[in-house]
Order: sequence, then C-alpha cells, then structure tokens
Amino acid sequence: MARKSNGGIGRRRMLKGAAGIAGAAVGSGAITGFPVIWAQNNRNIVLRQCGTGVSAINEIAEKCKADLGITLQMTALDSDAVVQRVVTQPNSFDIGDIEYWMVKKVFPANTLQAMDVKKIKLFDKIVPIFTSGKLKPDSVIAQGTAPSTVSFVEGAGSTKFAKDQTQWFTLVPTIYNADTLGIRPDLVGRKIDSWKDILDPKFKGKTSILNIPSIGIMDAAMICEAAGIVKYGDKGNMTKAEIDKTIDFLIKTKKEGQFRAFWKTFDESVNLMTSGEVVIQSMWSPAVSAVRGKGVPCIYQPLKEGYRAWGGGLALAKHLQGAQLDAAYDYINWYLSGWVGAFLNRQGYYSAVLETAKANMSADEWGFWMEGKPAQGEIKNPQGQVVEKAGAVRDGGSFYDRMGAVACWNAVMDEDRYMVQKWNQFIAA
Amino acid sequence: MNRLKSWVTYLQVAPLALVFLLFLIVPIATIVVVSFFDYNTTQIIPTFVLQNYEELLLSPVTWRTYLQTIQFALITWALTLVIGFTVAYFVAFHVRSPTIQTVLFLLCTIPFWTSNVIRMISWIPFLGRHGLANTTLMNLGLIDQPLEFLLYSEFSVVLAYVHLYALFMVVPIFNSMMRIDRSLLEAARDAGATGWQTLVNVIVPLCKPGIAIGSIFVVTIVMGDFVTVRMMSGGLSASVGLMMANAMSLLQYPAAAANAVVLLLLVLFIVAAMMRLVDIRKEL
Repeated sequence: MARKSNGGIGRRRMLKGAAGIAGAAVGSGAITGFPVIWAQNNRNIVLRQCGTGVSAINEIAEKCKADLGITLQMTALDSDAVVQRVVTQPNSFDIGDIEYWMVKKVFPANTLQAMDVKKIKLFDKIVPIFTSGKLKPDSVIAQGTAPSTVSFVEGAGSTKFAKDQTQWFTLVPTIYNADTLGIRPDLVGRKIDSWKDILDPKFKGKTSILNIPSIGIMDAAMICEAAGIVKYGDKGNMTKAEIDKTIDFLIKTKKEGQFRAFWKTFDESVNLMTSGEVVIQSMWSPAVSAVRGKGVPCIYQPLKEGYRAWGGGLALAKHLQGAQLDAAYDYINWYLSGWVGAFLNRQGYYSAVLETAKANMSADEWGFWMEGKPAQGEIKNPQGQVVEKAGAVRDGGSFYDRMGAVACWNAVMDEDRYMVQKWNQFIAA
Repeated sequence: MNRLKSWVTYLQVAPLALVFLLFLIVPIATIVVVSFFDYNTTQIIPTFVLQNYEELLLSPVTWRTYLQTIQFALITWALTLVIGFTVAYFVAFHVRSPTIQTVLFLLCTIPFWTSNVIRMISWIPFLGRHGLANTTLMNLGLIDQPLEFLLYSEFSVVLAYVHLYALFMVVPIFNSMMRIDRSLLEAARDAGATGWQTLVNVIVPLCKPGIAIGSIFVVTIVMGDFVTVRMMSGGLSASVGLMMANAMSLLQYPAAAANAVVLLLLVLFIVAAMMRLVDIRKEL
C-alpha cells in the first residue's frame, strides 16, 4: 500500500494511517526541502477550481497534490464564462478563481462565502493594495474597482462590501499585474510614451484593443483621456455622458480604419503581434513574453499616464463546509506560503505575499522581476526556458515603479448595462 | 375496435411527441418566458416587462446588425448555391462511373472530417498581411502593397462561410439530381432542347427540393452564427448571434432571450417563405 501511494499521485482512494505517514514523509522535507509539514488528512479531498486561464496552472495543481494531498481539478474559462459559472452554477465548483472587478458583480449573488482572516496565517503579510488599499502609506487609491473596496464584507455570510477592513475577506489575492500597451519596437519607428500614441495616423490599420467590454472600455478611457477627448470624473465608474463620448470616439476611430482587429483571447493577441498584423495594441504581460519567446521583438511599454491594473484571487463557494472547507483554507495558506508566489513572479505576474515568494527565488531572479535591476545571469521562466539574457531589465522597472503607477483598476460600473449596449454598438458600427 | 386502434396510433406517436415536447417545446417556451423578465447586474428578476423588446427593437444597432446578418446570409446563400449546384451537376451528370461518383462525393466530404473551427482558423495565417496569399502575390510582382481586405473584413467572413457550408448545398442537390430519371434528359434532347434548355427547364425544376433543403441549411446556419463572424472579422463586424453572446457573457439573459425570440421568428418566416416556393414533402 505504501509503495503504491508513493507512485500513484493521482490516486484518490488511500488508507489513512500508515500510508498517510509515508505520504507525509514524501510530501514534506525529503523531496522539496519545504520546512513545514502540511496537514496530511487531505488525501482524499478534491477541490474543483474554476477560473480564468491565467492562473489555472498544472504545475500548481501537481505541487499542491504533492505538498497537501489535495487534488485540484482546474477548469480554465474566459472571464465572462467565469462570472456566469459562479452566479448560475454555484455547486459546480469549490474554489472560484475570480478577478476583483467580478467580485463586485458576483459576490452579491450570494454564491460565495467570505473567509475568516484569522484562519489565513499570512494575512498580515498580504500586500496592502488588497487590504488597506495603499501600496505605501502615502499612496492614493486608484480609480476603478480597486481591490480594497471589495475585499471585505460586513460579516460572515454578508454580501455587503465593508468600507473598512473587517474579519471577513472575500478574495485571497493570487495574481495581479499592471497592464499597458505592447509594441513592436522594430516596426513602430518612433518613441511611444502615451496611451494616445495608439491613435497616431501612422499606425492606421495596425492597432488593436481588446473586445472584452469591461476591460476594453478602460483601455479606451485611458486612450481618450490621454488624447484629451474626454475628461473623466472616475474612469472606473463613468456617467452615461462619458460612456457616450468614449464610444462615439471609438466608433469614429474604427470607421477611419485605425483598428486592424479586436481581440478577445490571449492567443489572438499573441498572433496579431507576431504576424505583424498590428504594431501597437492592448496586451497582457505573458502575451508579451510569448511574442518574445517566438523570437519577435516586443516591449511592454510603460506610459506616462500610468497602468491599468487587474488582480485575481481565490474565493470559497458557499456550499463548502467541514473537511472540504478546512482543506480549502489549507490550500489558501499553502498558496501564500511562497512556492506558488515564486512561480507566479517568474511569469512576470505579482504574488500576494512578497516575503515568502522572495525566500523561494534567487537573488538575481528577485532583482530582475521585482526590483527592476539588470539580470546578472540568464533569467528562466518556471518551465526552465531562458526568457531574458544577462543585462536585461524588466519593462517598466520595479514592483513599486509599476504597481505604484496604477491609474485605474479593471472595473464594473454602475451604468454597466448601458455601457454594454454602447459597446455592442461600437462593435456593430 | 376502432377506439383501440386510435389508442395504438397515439401510443405510436407518443415517444416522438415526448421528445419534441422535452427538447424543443419546453426550451423554446422557457426562452420566450425569460425574454419578458427583468434583470440587473447579478440577477434575473421574474416579472413581466417589455423593456427587453423595446431596447432591442428601438435600437438602430439591432437593425443594422440584423441587416448585416441578412446580407451575410444572402451573399453566402447565392455563392454556395452556384458552387453547390455546379459541383453536384458535375458529379451527377458528367461523371459516368458510379464508383468515381462515389469517390468524388467522398472527396467533397473529406475536409469535413476536421473540426469546423480548425478549418476556419486555418484561413487566418493564409490571408494575413504577411500571409501566404499576400506573400505569393507580392513575389509574383502582381501587387506591391499587401492586400489588407483579405483578412478581418466582410470578405474573409463570407469566404469562410462559403468554405464551411458549401457542402450543405452539394449534398441535397446531388441527391435530387441522382433521382432524376435519365430518360427525361434523353426525351428533352429528342424533342430538340439544347443543353441549356434542358438544364433550365428539366434539371433545375426537378432539383428544387434539393435546392430548398440546402438553402434552409445554409441560411439558418449563417443567421445563427457567431464564431465565424468574430474570428474572421477580427471582432470588427457583428452578427445577431454575436449580440446574443455578448449579452449572455454579461449575464443579461433576458436581453439575449428577447433577441433569440426575434431571430427565431425571422428565420421561421424565411423558412416558411421557402416552403411556399417549394413543397418539399410533395416532391421528395
């Protein structure tokens, strides 16, 4: 039996007792050098996690199985499908891997349960963007659905967001990042330093923005504001008049042939860039890496107006209870304990608890990804492929340079319904 | 005895009736009911409002999108009809050996062994700015600037539709042609008809059911499509299906349901019009 348990990672049915102890030995010190011996009573627990593709990473599921014994079944969906799943099929998942803007939308549907921060061991170490909202004590909270505004509810079982920190946490942050425009430095032929540069007539028919209304509208707002077309009160919560002006401007731009296409999925954005169909477009950080990975030059260009930030996290389904709920807390505590953080940081994302991630990264890796220092040696991605050579510097610089220059967060607006109608009008125009 | 007989008849139709009830009537009824519900960001509110229909029918976007979709359907229909008829005609009348006929017919279906989406996506690298088509034309010296309209345009959408759905025309028309009594063609020739006259006065009328069936396939598929339009237009064009998909992705199910009801009525109307022109059952 013990022999089987060592070999069969996928096996769910296992006797506790002797086999469990053997498993514990394998799962902890012997192989990974991991200092903590995790609870081993999770051997036959299965957690179904549904979320966006960015964080449905097989390596994490494998490591989780090895460290905790929990079997993670991951389903990757696009953002819209995640919202639908969470609201309409609450029993089809145990862990919702959702984004902060979605929280505003799905938490009131009462299909998720808030977490008790007392059970989250490293809660105090979580980057303050997600708790107090201020990266540094003097930071200003950016526009849009800033994570801190939807991080807490008023009580256990409540669906009402609290203004200040409470004991009840909606989402444990997993991945977040600051987004900007991606460019082909070999093809743009000029300096790019503002969101409005996407409107340059020189790039006619060679630009793209993303066609996910709630994110696309934010990129559009950054562009309109930079170009002086619209002055917004709050880009993350536009008035009808602001939406009208933004969309009308987009329609005009579209009719003039400025856009080559609108993309909806990660791979579409990669293909548009590598094939040279577009030279400047909205992009996500790993898409830039993917383009570079194909040997095509691509820069994630910092812009003077700042970044559009986004973040995701793990939420617990309402139906979780008993051993499964305990396992979910184990999983979350494990997630914050460093290995995953280092894994995510090496992909160019940021993780929730920096200290533990740092302990799992080399000084050179930490310097390159987090401090904006030139790489000393080759920088590898989590899969071991070399992504940057010695001397390279991360686009946009350090963690504080990037996350400190966030202009707005992905958002759900009060005029959401109206915005979507107008967005459809833009696509149909 | 008669009463018993009628019971037997009812029993015989019961299974099919049940299947239709469960999988056709109930879902459609649900859509109709939901189309009158109200909604907000997170919930669907069971009530009776006409707002979904008002927002839909009073919006110029809807009309433009419907016109665009109908335009796609018409162009695709015309092209697939010409191509489908020609291919079927060649295989049915020009190829004499039944073996070769079968082989050629199977050949037509081979591309359909791969996924619909793959066949569509494979056009993208081919038509792109630096794609095979543009590179070839430029190397031949025929053009000196890449042709931008090849991809992410209405052209590429229609191209993909025709490629994907031509077979739906070929099969029923081929089937109709194979049922034409060859002695009718000989009689036409004996009576002095030219090849063209035979085609117009004999073959086309006898192929009507096949044409009608093919047309129904093509038109209904194109009217309801949303993937092809999105992929091939690069998100620059809209279709009715895409409108619904957008609404659903934002949990606006009642709005999508109202749109579905309107689309259903329109397509039913189109199909009814085709049935008026050709009595499919009579001629099968």
